[in-house]
Amino acid sequence: MSLSTLLLSLLGLAVAAFFVGFARARLLAHGEERSLHSRPGYHGGYLALWTSLPAVIVLLIWAAVEPRLIDGQVQATLPAQVLQGSEAQIGLTMSVVRSVASGIKTFSREELQAAKANPQEAQRLLSQKGIVVASAPDAAIIQSAQLLDNLKRKSRLAQTFVAALLAISGFAFAFFRISLNLRARNRVERVIVGALMAASSVAILTTVGIVLSVLFESLDFFKRVSVIDFLTGTVWDPRFADAGAAGNTEGQFGLVPLMWGTLYISFVALLVAVPIGLLAAIYMSEYAHPKVRATVKPLLEMLAGIPTIVYGFFAVITVGPFLNFVGSKAGLVIQPTSVLTAGVVMGIMIIPFVSSLSDDIISAVPRSLREGSYGLGATQSETIKRVVLPAALPGIVGAILLAASRAIGETMIVVLAAGIAANLTLNPFESVTTITVKIVSQLTGDLEFNTPQTLVAFALGLTLFILTLGLNVYALYIVRKYREQYE
Amino acid sequence: MSVVADDPIMTDIAAPDVPSRFDNPALMRGRRRAEIRFQLYGLAAIAIGLAFLVILFTSIIRNGWTAFFQSSIELPITFDAQEIDPDGNRSPKALAEANYQKIAYAALYKVLGIDPANRSQRTAANALLSREADSQLREMVTAHPSLIGQTKTVWVLASGNADAFMKGKIDRALPQENRQISDQQTAWIDKLTGDGIMKKLFNAGLFTNTASSQPETAGLAVALLGSFYIMLIVVVLSVPLGVAAAIYLEEFAPKNRFTDLIEVNINNLAAVPSIVFGLLGLAVFINFAGLPRSASLVGGLVLTLRTLPTVIIATRAAIGAVPPSIREAALGVGASRVQTVFHHVLPLSLPGIITGTILGLIQALGETAPLLMIGMVAFVVDIPKSPLDPATALPVQIYMWATEAERGFVEKTAGATIVLLVILAVMNIIAMVLRNRYERKW
Repeated sequence: MSLSTLLLSLLGLAVAAFFVGFARARLLAHGEERSLHSRPGYHGGYLALWTSLPAVIVLLIWAAVEPRLIDGQVQATLPAQVLQGSEAQIGLTMSVVRSVASGIKTFSREELQAAKANPQEAQRLLSQKGIVVASAPDAAIIQSAQLLDNLKRKSRLAQTFVAALLAISGFAFAFFRISLNLRARNRVERVIVGALMAASSVAILTTVGIVLSVLFESLDFFKRVSVIDFLTGTVWDPRFADAGAAGNTEGQFGLVPLMWGTLYISFVALLVAVPIGLLAAIYMSEYAHPKVRATVKPLLEMLAGIPTIVYGFFAVITVGPFLNFVGSKAGLVIQPTSVLTAGVVMGIMIIPFVSSLSDDIISAVPRSLREGSYGLGATQSETIKRVVLPAALPGIVGAILLAASRAIGETMIVVLAAGIAANLTLNPFESVTTITVKIVSQLTGDLEFNTPQTLVAFALGLTLFILTLGLNVYALYIVRKYREQYE
Repeated sequence: MSVVADDPIMTDIAAPDVPSRFDNPALMRGRRRAEIRFQLYGLAAIAIGLAFLVILFTSIIRNGWTAFFQSSIELPITFDAQEIDPDGNRSPKALAEANYQKIAYAALYKVLGIDPANRSQRTAANALLSREADSQLREMVTAHPSLIGQTKTVWVLASGNADAFMKGKIDRALPQENRQISDQQTAWIDKLTGDGIMKKLFNAGLFTNTASSQPETAGLAVALLGSFYIMLIVVVLSVPLGVAAAIYLEEFAPKNRFTDLIEVNINNLAAVPSIVFGLLGLAVFINFAGLPRSASLVGGLVLTLRTLPTVIIATRAAIGAVPPSIREAALGVGASRVQTVFHHVLPLSLPGIITGTILGLIQALGETAPLLMIGMVAFVVDIPKSPLDPATALPVQIYMWATEAERGFVEKTAGATIVLLVILAVMNIIAMVLRNRYERKW
């Protein structure tokens, strides 16, 4: 039986076991349900868990381990000249073996003989079964394929047997343990809490997954290009992966221009977002009528809810041409994709990040500070400028750092509005490119893995991850530290 | 008197040679003005922020509303048996390969009264019809072969340029060389519109067509379906996982290192740039687990991980808002902690959980960058039948159209953006209604 049918039948068994356990518990109680430690439903659950859970866990582990074990055995039988070849070559041969194996399952004995005798015949027979193989499989390949097929079949059989054994023995064990005094509820609940804990560990697994996947591919990249060249190179010119014939495939992977573009655009974005966001936050928390605040705040927060691709498109059709037009009136050449365009649009996007957080932080400044200031005769704006803002400053800095981290990691706006040329320029009217833009451009389209041209995307991803994580951790540290001061 | 004199502050203020801040009218006026100015700055900042919002929406709507209409020409099409099926045996191959474009052109020549022998006029007239007009006629004939030999009036799509002219996007006043449509063609379009056989009709194709290189026949069907699959997977996976994780952290987790680690992780994941999740999806789901590229399944998995922190944080807030008295009452009558949570706390926090889930879905629906990483930037012509088939998603389609060079795609892109924003707005409104209606104030 295949894995999915096995799992489904286990589910069916579990449901059946539930009712058996339920009935068994009621039978034991002789109509006196109060004599049971746990209600019959828990006994049902107990029996169902014992029936299915061990088998399911074993099956899942099996499914994870099996392909690797079988592949290893089959690979060992491949001809020596293949095994001496590159990893890619072995992989290719293995995929041929796999598709041949899926074909010869359906062969009759005569067909199999004919296929072994003549590779062309084998290819023809396979294509009759609807399987296309790149090269005509010789006898050795067919032998490996047979082995693969055999091992798979054996594994299936063993799998089914083990699952059935576990289900039956689990059921028997639990069935005979059902009694009036069985603490079924406590046991079932322990499993439930365990499952809840497992669910919350997904967050850890995700982080581990991100770190490992990005790190391993980056290490692979740094084997080909040195870390120093990557971090200090000022030229970004990765070349194409398949330009081998043209001679120079050694692209240059300098991070500096990308980092410059990223930081420059984020800086412009903050120049837009910080004054607007901060002043809006001050007005909302200190001056605005609660009703005004209740409508304006969600409206401003809408800016953060709009998908970034919409901002990118907005930059292309409206902001870019508008800035270009203004520039031409002022005698400046502003390219349609420029630091300014991307920065302004990104600034609009992060206004709410600055305003909402600052609003919370300013509101958290205790009234007594304000009243003390009023008592000395200061006006409201003097109080805000001289007392409230200095008191809230660390928190506001934290909010700005969070917004900056958002800007650095932002992708779609810069993909559409910043350009793709890696320029090291101070001129905000020229186009630059960013880390995220280059990750996208290195990984879209036809990929050939294991070339520095694609692997560099992971190194860039690692840089981005470290940068934003560092900013976030620092910002949260500042915000938390500040919050504690008044509590 | 002596009491006052002993107070150093009072003496200071009373000293005659120090000008008091309250006595100097000029200074007071200045301070009052500074106060007003400061308030105005704040108001201006809010106004600018809201103005950006308004400009954004108007620019998208102004560019995009016309995408919901498409110019078509009503032509009496003669399904000439000689042209479509010269052998007369109605073989599916002949019906599929016949030159329907020619049939459509012929009908247009007749309506415009053009001599089919005049080559330059012919070319000019051809440019009024969509180059994809044949697929429409082919579908009709393959569905009803009995049409062959008959004449039927059909609304045939006009070309992108003719459509742009109809929508006023090509300035009639420009000299002929500077616009994509000649004087001759504008005259024809005027004649056709005057006769009422060229009109802007509702563009259902925007929702039912798949990828196309011609803007007038490009549609969102694959993207809508792909986004639907993705949403489905996100709901199925992130709701149980997210709610379970939130329950654990809020109700059962002991205060220890492991719990702290989980909490720190969740908060940091929420701030990791979404493109990094795309890298994770590429490395883990595609390279390691061998799932197909461009499939909405992988998109759903990646976006599940992306939205999980949002769902967990929102659910925790909802569960935390249930007052402890409820739990104490349940525990007091003998319920176990698990029973307390599942019988009382969870049902009471359900509105908050649903609201949080919708917010997570909104985030997932707008997410583009991670989907680019896992190859959902694809020219998909076939409707995806399952989440394993290649597909795109709504925001990815917007990105792809935004990078198309042809002018007609600007309108399409804005139209698709409107569709996306409307879906998001509806989801937001649902979340808001749920919150206002069912959320309890304890």
